[in-house]
Amino acid sequence: MSFLEKHKKLERNLSLLFVGSLVAVLIGGIVEIAPLFYLKNTIEKVEGMRPYTPLELAGRNIYVREGCYLCHSQMIRPFRDEVERYGHYSLAAESMYDHPFQWGSKRTGPDLARVGGRYSDEWHVQHLKNPQGVVPQSIMPSYAFLASAPVEIKDIAKHLKVNKIVGVPYSDEMIENAMADMAVQANPDGDTQGLEERYAKISIRNFDGDLKLLSEMDALIAYLQMLGTLVDLKAYSQDENLR
Amino acid sequence: MRNLTEAVIVGLATFLAFIAAGLSDDALFKAHAWVLCVILLATTIVLLRRVEIPANGQALPPTDTSGYMDGVIRYGTIATLFWGITGFLVGVLIAAQLAWPELNIEPYFNFGRLRPLHTSAVIFAFGGNALICTSFYVVQRTCRARLFGGKLAWFVFWGYQLFIVMAATGYLLGATQSKEYAEPEWYVDIWLTIVWLAYLVVYMGTIVKRKEPHIYVANWFYLSFIITVAMLHLVNNAAVPVSLLDAKSYGVFSGVQDALVQWWYGHNAVGFFLTAGFLGMMYYFVPKQANRPVFSYRLSIIHFWALIFLYIWAGPHHLHYTALPDWAQNLGMVFSIMLWMPSWGGMINGLMTLQGAWDKLRTDPILRMFVISLAFYGMSTFEGPMMSIKTVNSLSHYTDWTIGHVHSGALGWNGMVTFGALYYLVPKLWNRTQLYSLRMVNWHLWLATVGIVIYASVLWVAGITQGLMWREFDSQGFLVNSFVESVAAIHPEYVMRTFGGLLYLSGALIMAYNIWRTIRGDVREETPIGGIAIHTSNVAEKGTPSTVTG
Repeated sequence: MSFLEKHKKLERNLSLLFVGSLVAVLIGGIVEIAPLFYLKNTIEKVEGMRPYTPLELAGRNIYVREGCYLCHSQMIRPFRDEVERYGHYSLAAESMYDHPFQWGSKRTGPDLARVGGRYSDEWHVQHLKNPQGVVPQSIMPSYAFLASAPVEIKDIAKHLKVNKIVGVPYSDEMIENAMADMAVQANPDGDTQGLEERYAKISIRNFDGDLKLLSEMDALIAYLQMLGTLVDLKAYSQDENLR
Repeated sequence: MRNLTEAVIVGLATFLAFIAAGLSDDALFKAHAWVLCVILLATTIVLLRRVEIPANGQALPPTDTSGYMDGVIRYGTIATLFWGITGFLVGVLIAAQLAWPELNIEPYFNFGRLRPLHTSAVIFAFGGNALICTSFYVVQRTCRARLFGGKLAWFVFWGYQLFIVMAATGYLLGATQSKEYAEPEWYVDIWLTIVWLAYLVVYMGTIVKRKEPHIYVANWFYLSFIITVAMLHLVNNAAVPVSLLDAKSYGVFSGVQDALVQWWYGHNAVGFFLTAGFLGMMYYFVPKQANRPVFSYRLSIIHFWALIFLYIWAGPHHLHYTALPDWAQNLGMVFSIMLWMPSWGGMINGLMTLQGAWDKLRTDPILRMFVISLAFYGMSTFEGPMMSIKTVNSLSHYTDWTIGHVHSGALGWNGMVTFGALYYLVPKLWNRTQLYSLRMVNWHLWLATVGIVIYASVLWVAGITQGLMWREFDSQGFLVNSFVESVAAIHPEYVMRTFGGLLYLSGALIMAYNIWRTIRGDVREETPIGGIAIHTSNVAEKGTPSTVTG
């Protein structure tokens, strides 16, 4: 058979085998991934998206560090039960500033894409300290240590700068004021005017009920409470965003 | 002066790690640099104790480089076994944490930090060591050439162990990128890139200097695995660190693009790490153990090219019904279904290699292990395409069904074929006539098989229960179950899956004992299986000067 004869060349030539394999494994990725960067309809047109505040970003980093994504998705699928349970299905635009994305792949616990504003800060504090105290059948581990752990970021501005490098539209003003903004978001008595101007739809309050310490609990709850609250879903048109 | 250069280089690296630990103002990076510093210091001490300086200008006796380089493979088999048991143990622990949450010890031993430790330990530490050491064995035998690059193979081995330890300690300390199966942070990723390129050089260099004109099929699979993993690793881990002395980095991709890049990587970690590489293993060890040629040469060509071409497209099936555009989801689904065929091509080629040798299954538990492995490969490569159909996926996604599916592939296919290969290799590598005990191999086989069956079937039940409870509406149109009711409902399944995992772990412990006694040169007095005495090493070994044949 001539096909086998032709293949014999590959089997005796390492360079051909190398190039052949490389080409075979390159094609699929190029065809599927590259268009996502230039097809304009990949990310829907929405109103309300903004970069994370410094405190929310610090909280998000704690979410990542603790591996929350391993049990909680942040991606509501367009099914009746999911929309009723969790809210409007997730849009690509809602994670456009997420480096990396936190969609998750498993729901050992419920989806968190729109958990923001669903529970009180106090509920979150109690739940993170002792999940079974709030939800007896829960199998979530305790995260009580967050309450006494200070947010140990020496220079959050660097984090904002790197985010800007990878494409998040942080302004120079946001970067300059990052350290102050991080502290003041958890301090309702502070001067919050600049912070509110820089970040729309922002919650400014002490999240863990302990004013003395800017804790990891403050940061994480600040992040959880903004999840899914930014995009104005009433103004979102499904028909204009068919993909 | 043997080992002196190495000792100096590692000593300098220790010093650099020390400096980095001192300069960094990121607590996490500091802690991790200290870990590195301690590891490198210990390595320097070991190396210094091994420095040999010739007396009075006499030359040291030259190292014998005429035969195959098997020392690194002996280390590799032990490392495979060690990391396998570690990974299974952590797996049993986190399974128990899901059943009994009190077992979480915050912050370092919470589920969220241990789970990446488990997945990396079994995939990269156990699977990776198995692939590196078997590929080094196979490429030398099938090319009839010693490993290329001299000590470079040792660098690959120890460099890879360092990668594993840095990744694992990083997870416990909290250094993670949160990309599944690509969790290590930027500095660990850079190190792995260096090690992996060295691996590619050793592997291809050995093929270049082969004395056999034809490159054997196992090497095609190993080669495509090494190339593709390099490509996936480089793209998916592209990130900008906060500073060179900070553990945190931010990936260059975001949101929907990042999701597809991640699952293009994630699915092909399965496709190339856990499939193509292990098929390379299968294509050498199954014919050897059965003492039969590969069933179909033509099939191996077709399924090789089809497999590596199609696998790459399958990633989007991890993102069905998400915010990924539909066209990409549908492409992923179609290619996933097509992938069923080349996958079964591999299974058929492996199983049919036993044609004319099926009777050996009565007496050879190692061959049984390979057959069970191929059966699980066939089962999970049918289940995978089925789960990638969007309608099925709408139920199965986010549930424990996926976890069960992964484990029938990983424990069944990857685990069993690795165990079989190790049982084949150890007597040969240590010049023993046979294993310590074949009956223990048989015990291992059945403990593992029963463990997997329990594990996979209870997670089918758990996954379908979750999927159905989440979408259940009552006659008035309200959701019937709160989320936590679905958690409580599968508690019995979580307990049983822990038990299944324990069975699998106990099989591996029996293996460790068996291998240890084999290396010591002991032979257990036992009744031969099936009444006929067989020796594992009575398989003819072509072109292996160092092997004792039974």
